[in-house]
Amino acid sequence: MNESVLKTIGVAFFVCLVCSLIVSTSAVSLRDQQKENKLNDRRIKVLEVAGIEIKPDQTVAEQFSKLEQKFVNFDTGLLMDEYKNFDIDEYDQLMSTKDSNLSSSVPQNEDIAIIKNRENVGKIFILRDNLGNIDKLVLPIRGYGLWGTLYGYIAIKGDFNTVTGITYYEHKETPGLGAEVDNDDWKDSWVGKKIYQNDEVALTVIKGKVASDDPSKIYKVDGLSGATITGRGVSNMIAYWFGNSGYSKLLQELDYES
Amino acid sequence: MNLKRYQEVIIKPLIDENPITLQILGICSALAVTNNLTVTLVMCIAVISVISFSNLFISLIRNYIPSSIRIIVQMTIIASLVIVVDELLKAYDYETSKRLSVFVGLIITNCIVMGRAEAFAMKEKPLLSFLDGLGNGIGYSIILIGVAFIRELFGAGTLFGVDVMPEWYMTNNLLLLPPSSFIIIGLFIWLIRSLKPAQIEEDDFEVSVHSTAPNLTKKDIHV
Repeated sequence: MNESVLKTIGVAFFVCLVCSLIVSTSAVSLRDQQKENKLNDRRIKVLEVAGIEIKPDQTVAEQFSKLEQKFVNFDTGLLMDEYKNFDIDEYDQLMSTKDSNLSSSVPQNEDIAIIKNRENVGKIFILRDNLGNIDKLVLPIRGYGLWGTLYGYIAIKGDFNTVTGITYYEHKETPGLGAEVDNDDWKDSWVGKKIYQNDEVALTVIKGKVASDDPSKIYKVDGLSGATITGRGVSNMIAYWFGNSGYSKLLQELDYES
Repeated sequence: MNLKRYQEVIIKPLIDENPITLQILGICSALAVTNNLTVTLVMCIAVISVISFSNLFISLIRNYIPSSIRIIVQMTIIASLVIVVDELLKAYDYETSKRLSVFVGLIITNCIVMGRAEAFAMKEKPLLSFLDGLGNGIGYSIILIGVAFIRELFGAGTLFGVDVMPEWYMTNNLLLLPPSSFIIIGLFIWLIRSLKPAQIEEDDFEVSVHSTAPNLTKKDIHV
């Protein structure tokens, strides 16, 4: 009597019930651990890009406490300690972009990095030297490459112009081509490059190699072979995030203070 | 049920009835996750556990599954197991789970899992089915680890991420790209079939000696 309609529905229901119980139990019971992994993963990326060596004998949270976290208001360029009732450790600006009260849509002609919505308030990381002066800033950046949005961090020096590191923590670029944005040699080639030339964003990823006798070589980064569009995406995201609707106001403000 | 049968279901899929080299199943993950031994090993463990347990659970309820919905019941069980494995990986081995990305989820579509459920677990007893899953999972893993060993050693000059090749060795980047596993799996199949000629498939068509058409006169073909 395996084939009766009632039995078929009964078996289907029972199998679904048991499976959904198992799946939801595992999802709920492992959620905290997964959240922590994800947070630690981001934090390791921030530490890496800030040039802080990660010591295996300390927890990530301990080492991360060397960095100061601040909210940044993109419209005023001011740093903030508090923003609504968000906990800065847990604040995720990417979640804000999905909330129209916490973000604003980028006009199409300005949206060179194709991010669609920009959060009103971002989160940045500051590394201070012994005297309390800003040694490095770690700024989250994102923008569209070839297949999807690249998410990453860029670290700049206390002169607010020199790059000291770049890293991506999530992207969908082609392995072996665009995914070479994860290549350490390429990431190292960013170190020492300048972002602004006469207050304009000048730093770009070019096609091919930067000639060693090029007078403006400090504004140019080698392209990745076979990944012209990814390179263009990276250039665009630098242009956007260091432009007026990005961190430019913040950097001017900080520069003025020091 | 004798002990020999239990041994047989584990040993046979290793070489004689290997799911990859004989049945040519599960090729897509074999291409995608074999450029690094660590990643491959984690993938293998994931696949072994999914096949074994899906076989076990399907076999346990095999007498209650109406044949009209048997495939979807199998899929539900397999998919649930894959989700659980994926969640576990994300919780306890985040680094590798990030590198495996979608390929853990794609175990659901791995033909070996479904194939064993349909061909074996629907007919046999639970323990035997579990062992069959184990055997097939290990058979899959042997090939994957073999491919990953060659790809990582010659492609990146490392094993489990540790440098092993001498300084002067120029890494072969082709081996890091998926098509190289096609070639390596092909070589494995060649090797296994020359050692075990019983695996060689019969030709679909017989190749015969070329023959020319008979000499026809104009009259024969009515012009």
